[in-house]
Amino acid sequence: MTVHNLYLFDRNGVCLHYSEWHRKKQAGISQEEEFKLMYGMLFSIRSFVSKMSPLDMKDGFVAFQTSRYKLHYYETPTGIKVVMNTDLGVGPIRDVLHHIYSALYVELVVKNPLCPLGQTVQSELFRSRLDSYIRSLPFFSARAG
Amino acid sequence: MSRQANRGTESKKMSSELFTLTYGALVTQLCKDYENDEDVNKQLDKMGYNIGVRLIEDFLARSNVGKCHDFRETADVIAKVAFKMYLGITPSITNWSPAGDEFSLIMENNPLVDFVELPDSHSSLIYSNLLCGVLRGALEMVQMAVEAKFVQDALKGDGVTEIRMRFIRRIEDNLPVGEE
Repeated sequence: MTVHNLYLFDRNGVCLHYSEWHRKKQAGISQEEEFKLMYGMLFSIRSFVSKMSPLDMKDGFVAFQTSRYKLHYYETPTGIKVVMNTDLGVGPIRDVLHHIYSALYVELVVKNPLCPLGQTVQSELFRSRLDSYIRSLPFFSARAG
Repeated sequence: MSRQANRGTESKKMSSELFTLTYGALVTQLCKDYENDEDVNKQLDKMGYNIGVRLIEDFLARSNVGKCHDFRETADVIAKVAFKMYLGITPSITNWSPAGDEFSLIMENNPLVDFVELPDSHSSLIYSNLLCGVLRGALEMVQMAVEAKFVQDALKGDGVTEIRMRFIRRIEDNLPVGEE
C-alpha cells in the first residue's frame, strides 16, 4: 500500500499545497494545468453527485477508484478540500484527511497570522509536519510503487 | 476512530478576567486612535470579521459539526456550540421572524463587559461590536451572507444584550474563471 500524492484546495480552487511521494509517472501537463483540471473535475463530480442523490447528502462524494489508483476526497463546510491519491489497497481514510485539515492546516496555517489565507502555503513547518505525518501512516510504505 | 486520540481535547483554559481585560484594552486603544465612536464600531466589526474567517476553521476542526440544512439549525449551532466553546455562555434564541430568516441571540450576561461602564462621552460606542464581525465573517465562510447587529445592550441600560441576526442570501460556489 502506498500514498501517491496530496492536493489541498481552498473554496476558490486555489491549490494551497501539493506534495507527492510515490508518483512514478507524471501527467505530462504543467502542474498549474493539472491543478486546474483536478479542481474542475472534483467540482463537477461534486455538483453532479449531489444532483443525482435521492436524498439530501451529508458527506457528498468520498472516493473513486480506477484499476490503478484510488482518489480520496474530504471537504469541510468552508470549502477546504483535501484530496489524496493512494493505491487500491487503502480503505476509507476519512479520519486521516480530517486530521490533515484539523491538526495540520488549521493549527499551522489558519492560526498563524503570518500565513495569508487563499494562497499557496509557504510555511516550512506545515510542509515538514505534513510530510512526516504522511510517512508515519500505516499504509505508507516506501517499497511499494 | 483514532481522531479523538490524535486530536485530544486541548481546549486550553485561560483566565476569563484576563480575556475581558484584554478586550477592554483593545477597545480603549481604538477609542484613543479614532476620533468618533462610529469609526471605532466600524473598526471592531472589521477586526471581528478577520477573526471570524479564521475562527470558523478552528471551530469546524474542533467541533466536528457538519453542514447545516437550514438557518434554524445554524442558529442552534451558534448558540449552543460556538458561544459555549469560545465565550462559555449559551445565549437563548428567540424572536424568529415569520419567514425564518431573522432571529435574536439573547445574552443574559456578556463576558466581554464584566468590568465595563460606558462613560457619557461614548454613548454611541457599540462596545462588543467585535462579536457581530466574528459572526458575519464566520458565516460568510460557510456560504451564508448575514447581517448581525446589536439591538439591545446591557451596557446602555437594557435588561439583556441582544444580537439580531438576519439571513441575506446563500453564497453559491462558482467555478473559477477561465475554466469550463
